[in-house]
Amino acid sequence: MRPLIAGLAVLLLPMPASAAPRTHVVVIDKMKFSPVPAAVRPGDTIIWVNKDMFRHSATARNGSFNVDLPPNSRAKTVMRAKGAFAFYCKYHPAMTGVLKVGG
Amino acid sequence: MTRRARLLAAATLAALGAAPLIAAAGPSDAEIAHIAYTAGALDAAAAKQALTKSRNAEVRAFAEVMLRDHEAVNDKALALVKKLKVTPADNATSQALARQAKETEAKLAALDGAAFDRAYAANEAAFHRTVNGALKDTLIPSADNAELKGLLETGLTLFGQHQAHAEHLESSLK
Repeated sequence: MRPLIAGLAVLLLPMPASAAPRTHVVVIDKMKFSPVPAAVRPGDTIIWVNKDMFRHSATARNGSFNVDLPPNSRAKTVMRAKGAFAFYCKYHPAMTGVLKVGG
Repeated sequence: MTRRARLLAAATLAALGAAPLIAAAGPSDAEIAHIAYTAGALDAAAAKQALTKSRNAEVRAFAEVMLRDHEAVNDKALALVKKLKVTPADNATSQALARQAKETEAKLAALDGAAFDRAYAANEAAFHRTVNGALKDTLIPSADNAELKGLLETGLTLFGQHQAHAEHLESSLK
């Protein structure tokens, strides 16, 4: 019985920092990026969803990603490194955001 | 164009941009659709001229965006008028826009290199300012059909960014 209880206790412990990678969504609608997700960690995936009838991009200012988004399309970026990544649409430079990847 | 006709066209555009008081008696949906489509088609034509003449990478990138975005809006506009069974109606404002664009095209055709790039950027900033003013003050308030109004509002959001982009391009080329 004791080993079983010990096993349960392990299961009930808080998730360690090295939890499985997660997926976050950033939507583009009416010429704007939606608010960026909080708590993005290295290894997580960002899915960019373009709901506009216009072609957009999600382009990191430091060159670490550059995703082309035709009208009504979606694409993924896996965030490998920690840091604050300022991004914009290279076709509509007023569309901007900052993605923070932490531990 | 005669001086009188030019003045008339300028007056029409000015009235269009500053006519919220007469919005109730403003253009019909068929006229609004025609004005919006004409403005988009004229800007796409200006972009094609720029892509033929300019060798500046920034100017060309801007023109490509103009061509793509305006064609996308106009494709939607065509689909919408078909769905609503509205026949876009030609009108004095569309004609004034077309006349002015024809003059600009001729003026730009005579320019080359940096002079062309500067004139194209300045005209794009001015053209978007005029059309955005008309959308905001006259066309959107006058539109009866909700879908047409929605498309015009999407257009205004887009063209507002085009205007800022054109103004930025214009100042970077000075």
